[in-house]
Amino acid sequence: MLTSSPFLAGCAGIQSALDPAGVEADAVAALFWVMVAGAAVIWLAVMGVLYYATRRDRVVHSETFAGRVILWAGAILPTLILTALLAYGLSMMPRLRPWDARAAEDAPLRIEVVGEQFWWRVTYHRDGMEPVVSANEIRMPVGERVTFTLRSADVIHAFWIPSLGGKMDMIPGRENTLTLEATKAGIYRGPCAEFCGSSHALMALAAVVMETGAFDEWLARQAEPSPGVGENEAGRAAFLANGCGACHAVAGTEANGTIGPDLSHLGSRVTLGAGIVENSKAGIGRFIAETDHVKPGVRMPAYRALPDEEIDAIAGWLKGLE
Amino acid sequence: MRLIPREVESLWTLFTAPVIWAGHFLAAYIGAAVFCAKQDLLPFGFGGVRAYIAAITLLALAGIVLAGFLAWRQWGFGAEDPPHQGWSREDRRRFQGFATLLLCALSLVAVVFTAMPAIFIAECNP
Ligand code: HEC
Ligand SMILES: [Cu+2]
Repeated sequence: MLTSSPFLAGCAGIQSALDPAGVEADAVAALFWVMVAGAAVIWLAVMGVLYYATRRDRVVHSETFAGRVILWAGAILPTLILTALLAYGLSMMPRLRPWDARAAEDAPLRIEVVGEQFWWRVTYHRDGMEPVVSANEIRMPVGERVTFTLRSADVIHAFWIPSLGGKMDMIPGRENTLTLEATKAGIYRGPCAEFCGSSHALMALAAVVMETGAFDEWLARQAEPSPGVGENEAGRAAFLANGCGACHAVAGTEANGTIGPDLSHLGSRVTLGAGIVENSKAGIGRFIAETDHVKPGVRMPAYRALPDEEIDAIAGWLKGLE
Repeated sequence: MRLIPREVESLWTLFTAPVIWAGHFLAAYIGAAVFCAKQDLLPFGFGGVRAYIAAITLLALAGIVLAGFLAWRQWGFGAEDPPHQGWSREDRRRFQGFATLLLCALSLVAVVFTAMPAIFIAECNP
């Protein structure tokens, strides 16, 4: 128990393909278990034969018999097993990558995700709504098929939420389409799954699966400026005075930069800095002052020269943007 | 005219089946790729690709079965068991026939595995 528990820990949790919460992830998990079972049976059979061949009081078989064993057990049987496993795996392809060009094109919810070193730009296209911009977090309704349009702004990244489905690359100059349907509400995690630079390991996103009604309410709130914009006067002034708005947009202020993540509703995100820092006032302050320590190679200058009170004020204001 | 080719003594017949396998592989993958890139210009749907793959697969299998039969004949229809490692010309002939037969079996399976996706995949997925 003690020795196996570190391995079993990988079988559950927010980032496990073995604890599926989506239609595609169910198929991946089923495929995995069938393959494991098949491999176990083959392994046991091979070990059995090995034991038989190394017994002390073994019988000597004729050459004809040995030749027949090689033909049937060494060539024909493995071919049949491989054929069966291949057929099973292939038969799953349509389920692993459900694809219907027309359905994807006018899906009621399309989420555009752009991988950038080292964060995710996210835009929601919901039927009958203006596009809603966000970052570093995906929210989607449970039980609804969602289309993802995946792109990259610089190098290859890969989009993968193991609890919900398979992985797909984000390739510069290309648009890849993935569709996912979540079956269980909850918070999951998706790491960038293709090496993309010094902070590749610090690039992840939170995937929040919500009940449909709650999702639409949430999206409607995201479409409007946060009520927190008007609070913490000093924090907002410092944010604007230090030029943060050249790279970051905050709806309801003159900050409209598009180089970095949209911060309009930063306060209500599950994580900070693309899944690596706790989203608290202290966490935001630390990200602003020690950006390059928190995330080596990041495209945001560290503001360690700013006085603590100013950083504190900015962090307080940003945390209030819910 | 003979229906079945005369036996030739050449090393090249050893490669017939693997060459058919390689040709089938390329024809299947390139055909599907070209269809998916140009499907808007083509008058038929993905069903056409599947029919095409079925046709080249049957063709390839027929070729491999024929090559297999010739190899079986070269081997002397199994009159003697391998490994055929003597010094005689007869041994060399049998060895090559047997090796060719094994390669035919491998290529047969490979062609079937190459074609199997067409049974399950019914559309281009960008
Ligand atoms: C040169 C452009 C640039 C400037 C100027 C800039 N940032 Fe950033 N900022 C970025 C980029 C790019 C990221 C994404 C970093 C990453 O995670 O890879 C980022 C990330 C952040 C995040 C985390 C966002 C998230 O979604 O978790 C916060 C908070 C933030 N910046 C605050 C600030 C503040 C406050 C200032 C001004 C003091 C500022 N930034 C100035 C480019 C900039
Ligand atoms: Cu990445």
